[in-house]
Amino acid sequence: MATIAERQVTPATEPAPAPDASPKSLYWPFVVPAVAVVGSVIVFPWVFTVWMSLHEWTVGGARRFAGLSNYLRLASDERFLTSVGHTLVYTILAVVLPLIFGTLAALIFNSRLPFRGVLRGVFVMPMMATPVAVALVWTMMFHPQLGVLNYLLSLVGIGPQAWVFNPSTVIPSLVLVETWQWTPLVMLIVLGGLAAIPTEPYESASIDGATILQQFRYITLPMIAPFLMVAVIIRTIDALKSFDIIYAITQGGPGTASETINLYLYSVAFAYYDVGYGSAIAVVFFAIVIALSLLMLHLRQRTKWMDVQA
Amino acid sequence: MSMNLRKVARSLGLLFVGIVLVSPAILFFLWMISLSLKFEVDNAAYPPILIPERFAWKNYTGVFESNRFGLFFLNSVIVTGAATGLALLIGVPAGYGIARMKATKAAVVVLIARMTPGLSYLIPLFLLFQWLGLMGTLLPQIIAHLVITVPIVIWIMIGYFETTPLELEEAAVIDGANRWDVFRHIALPIAKPGITVAFILAVIFSWNNFVFGVVLAGRETRTLPVAVYNMLSFEQLSWGPLAAAALIVTLPVLVLTIVAQRQIVAGLTAGAVKGG
Repeated sequence: MATIAERQVTPATEPAPAPDASPKSLYWPFVVPAVAVVGSVIVFPWVFTVWMSLHEWTVGGARRFAGLSNYLRLASDERFLTSVGHTLVYTILAVVLPLIFGTLAALIFNSRLPFRGVLRGVFVMPMMATPVAVALVWTMMFHPQLGVLNYLLSLVGIGPQAWVFNPSTVIPSLVLVETWQWTPLVMLIVLGGLAAIPTEPYESASIDGATILQQFRYITLPMIAPFLMVAVIIRTIDALKSFDIIYAITQGGPGTASETINLYLYSVAFAYYDVGYGSAIAVVFFAIVIALSLLMLHLRQRTKWMDVQA
Repeated sequence: MSMNLRKVARSLGLLFVGIVLVSPAILFFLWMISLSLKFEVDNAAYPPILIPERFAWKNYTGVFESNRFGLFFLNSVIVTGAATGLALLIGVPAGYGIARMKATKAAVVVLIARMTPGLSYLIPLFLLFQWLGLMGTLLPQIIAHLVITVPIVIWIMIGYFETTPLELEEAAVIDGANRWDVFRHIALPIAKPGITVAFILAVIFSWNNFVFGVVLAGRETRTLPVAVYNMLSFEQLSWGPLAAAALIVTLPVLVLTIVAQRQIVAGLTAGAVKGG
């Protein structure tokens, strides 16, 4: 499986397996259109955002060079700092829960499940559904009086919850939606790892009398560790970036109880039109996403290395 | 005999576990259908009703009859179609070039583009489009959607061309074919399954995209996800029409998921891409 992480860690100096008769420049024409497009819609916005973040600039207003003052303002902006906290809690929950459920689901889908193809198809559907459409239906299900979730809880004797309408339960409730939607992606990634495990280790372990749990702990887990790491990286990036579900269900509310960095960035840039300050938030947010991704890619390399050692 | 029985029991047990696994998905979509087919009285009933006595087909006809739905549907088709088409046009050759040049650094740029929060592209693009006077047309959204579709296509095509054999291409070069002919007549036909995967994923993630539309769409240029979200503020209390609209928006994607399950699974496990 050629994953993001594997391609990323391939050293650039890797010797070509067969000497290529043609120079690389022959392939440039294939890449030029893409370089132009990526340059103008992806790289240019990155650079322009950094430049804007150094200015005091409101849409329609005057622009004034402000140095790093936008960044200093961030450090004492309580609403921003709170949003960082919300983002961390949201991200941790939205990585851990899909990881647990997705791994369990992958173990089951890897066994001789009847109707495996059909069931897998259904299982994957939440991930492909339009997030806004999904969010609208969840909003109705969360409704304290008329929602079906409180009815289901009442069937098992649990009292009604306020779900997304209570500041203390809003983030876990949103994570429930995120988990429902993205557990299938973790399942698919881990399933790819399970499919690559040979059967011999399990056979000899059974002969030696290892229990199912021991087999999981000492054979399965180490073998799928690199795949779990990929799943963690991808989930972390996606959870940090999460916007559609939060915006459509709560818009960051009640109050600012579910306002993540992304939501705050949206408000500053497109509700208050403070594009200078918004750009500073975007730069910091971008830095957090990239730093975490690189950290985990590094950890992943170590996981792989340890596998080779073991 | 007892071995056989045990096998059957094991299969049934596994099937049960499998059904439990898919139940959150099934129950959700069943409930979505149920909401969309109920009159307001039934949607407000407690305990909730799953299958009503009378179906409110008017929820669906109402969505189609509203004169603006056709416009928003067309907007979605144009934005997704143009963004996917352009992405294939420039992304497939680029994936080929990057794979053959073994340009790892270029691949990293694509990877970072995938990691970047979609919203952080929007401030500069928004100002740029305003300055160019493009707001009010579909062009800003088509261009912004390239941020999603181009990296998906390039990423999947790099992975695909890396695995296709080089021997045929080298033989053709020795026979005097130029690089472009080699690409068109040898590499491209072999890569068709990869292009299909890239096409399907680009279509799905572009169709589903919400954030670009929220910022860049005007009254006449809304795509379906934005339009259905806007219904929420006007029809807070009429769940039936809202659920019907939500179902219509996501139905094309769900049908595509069922039809092309194999390709989607292959593409997602190979690239593990998600837009936005």
